[in-house]
Amino acid sequence: MRNVIIQVRDLVAGYGEEVILDGISFDVYEGEIFVVLGGSGCGKSTLLKHLIGLIKPISGRIIIDGDDLSHSDDETFQKILRKIGVLYQSAALLGSLTLAENVALPIEEYTDLPKDSIETLVKMKLNLVNLDGYENHLPSEISGGMKKRAGLARAMALNPKILFFDEPSAGLDPVTSAGLDNLIIHLNKILGTTMVIVTHELDSIFAVAHRVIMLDKHTRGIIAEGDPRYLRDHSQNPFVSQFFNRRPDPGAGP
Amino acid sequence: MTKTTPKESQSCQYEVVDDPEKGLTIRLRGAMNAANAPGLIREFRGMLKDRDLSSLTVDLGEVTYLDDFGTLVLTELRNMAAEVKAAFKIENARNKVAQMLEVLHFDRLDRKISFEKVRPPGIFVRLGDATFRHASDLKYLISFIGSVCLSLIHVCLHPRSLRREDTFLCMQRTGVDALPIVGLISFLLGLIMAFMSSVQLQQFGANIYVASLVSLAMTRELGPIMTAIIVAGRSGSAFAAEIGTMKVSEEVDALFTMGFDPTRFLVVPKMIASVIVVPVLTLFSDLFAILGGMVVGVFILDLTASAYIDQTLKTLTLFDVFWGFFKGAIFALLIAWVGCLRGFRVTGGAASVGQATTSAVVSSIFLIILTDSVLSVILRYWG
Ligand SMILES: Nc1ncnc2c1ncn2[C@@H]1O[C@H](COP(=O)(O)OP(=O)(O)O)[C@@H](O)[C@H]1O
Ligand SMILES: [Mg+2]
Repeated sequence: MRNVIIQVRDLVAGYGEEVILDGISFDVYEGEIFVVLGGSGCGKSTLLKHLIGLIKPISGRIIIDGDDLSHSDDETFQKILRKIGVLYQSAALLGSLTLAENVALPIEEYTDLPKDSIETLVKMKLNLVNLDGYENHLPSEISGGMKKRAGLARAMALNPKILFFDEPSAGLDPVTSAGLDNLIIHLNKILGTTMVIVTHELDSIFAVAHRVIMLDKHTRGIIAEGDPRYLRDHSQNPFVSQFFNRRPDPGAGP
Repeated sequence: MTKTTPKESQSCQYEVVDDPEKGLTIRLRGAMNAANAPGLIREFRGMLKDRDLSSLTVDLGEVTYLDDFGTLVLTELRNMAAEVKAAFKIENARNKVAQMLEVLHFDRLDRKISFEKVRPPGIFVRLGDATFRHASDLKYLISFIGSVCLSLIHVCLHPRSLRREDTFLCMQRTGVDALPIVGLISFLLGLIMAFMSSVQLQQFGANIYVASLVSLAMTRELGPIMTAIIVAGRSGSAFAAEIGTMKVSEEVDALFTMGFDPTRFLVVPKMIASVIVVPVLTLFSDLFAILGGMVVGVFILDLTASAYIDQTLKTLTLFDVFWGFFKGAIFALLIAWVGCLRGFRVTGGAASVGQATTSAVVSSIFLIILTDSVLSVILRYWG
């Protein structure tokens, strides 16, 4: 039996009074690549914001590695934050710092390593995401794919147990995006990090996902869960098979 | 041969074996990760300091997990060995551990890595750089004046092309919303001025002239200047930040490709709104200052309110009021112009927006004072 690392129970998520997801439950296992997918506007980003504690749930529980995120005091919350890393859609690197300084930021804050050790460590992190040689570049001087990788290096700075990705392939060309997928798979394999990815890129999903859940706008819940390939070929739900086979809505288009 | 007892650093244990023939061996056991790496590094640094080493061997046979923090410990050990010119060797790494070392280029992580930012260039290079930058700033400044004038002319010829909604909103933000703070500051300023001058004037029994002093000084000089400085701080900075952020997020480019002239779209409403509301604010500022002076006059100097008002009206000419009004309009133009100009000069990210905002406020205040001096001189010789 594998360890459950994220446990979501009866989560009602939304903004203020407006409910976006109504009573969803699922588990994420340790070491797996877990993909949250669904059409635009179904609440994928909303779910992610709840999972990383940016928004408190309306009701329900989110348990991350044994700690309850939804009812945590400040101390537990800090503890949970140390276990997770997030790669934001726009990479969110600080524009005034070099890549090395961006990656070093959390390390300097949370460990008491000497300065020269931090530099070696940063070098290793950037090696891991194939950015060796770009230590002294500013974020504005590198391409979108490189920014994503640098953001990933920063998210991994403290070797969190769980990494969250918001639309990692958005805005990248297919080649770069496939490269990022490979990097995710590679890091998952060598570090054993649990990855939770929000995306709707089919190619990406088939390449990386061990397991997916699919959210639906109309039922405001999960309409499918499991291996993406199996869902593509065997799902009875018309919307699910439509999504995985990239068929448009009947009546859409000319 | 000496052997120390196994030590524990959270989940990672190690023991140290000192063999006169083989040299020092460190035998590690368990997981080496972010939690225990800093402690291990510190302990090893303390242990190996001032120690005669001929060779250092690290035995990883029982290390079950190693990540980049663990690898860092090994690099540290290797560096320490290199410092005293001792041989360094890693033994018995398990498959997974060896793979990790490989992935992280352990062999190639050399000692001298420095992330120092590029050293600032020499003084001549910087001087030349600054010259070019200011030249380009000046060029932009001139072309910006041109484009603002063209846009204004265009809007005068085609009044319907003015974005009326934006202009009204801007008038509200720049004018109406600033009224309380302008009123309060002017009131206090009038109060202070009356109070300070009364100390002098009382000696001559010339209390009533406090009214003249406050009203004249405020309407001609301080009213317009104070109002302009407050507006520069409130709205000039807002103009720069708004346009700067739009520049960073490519909204200005989007306007351009949609066929809008960014100057006409963004600058003209702000300019027109400012030129309309700042003079009005100036009038309010004068009124509140006179009120402040009157409070002192009535309660401290025992003047009657009617005598104070009478004296104020006797002192002020219509020209003084118009002059203040006119200066308010000129200052408004300067504030809106500098704010927008700085906004359009933003390149890069958040830090650049901050610089633009600062520089918008500082330049407008400087320009306000400078223009005021020039106008005073002109008035002196011409009026
Ligand atoms: N900050 C917000 N406040 C209120 N509603 C929001 C907010 N952000 C998103 N929403 C709404 O939540 C729904 C889901 O949005 P989101 O989670 O961003 O979808 P997606 O699956 O495309 O990431 C949308 O209907 C959107 O209108
Ligand atoms: Mg989204």
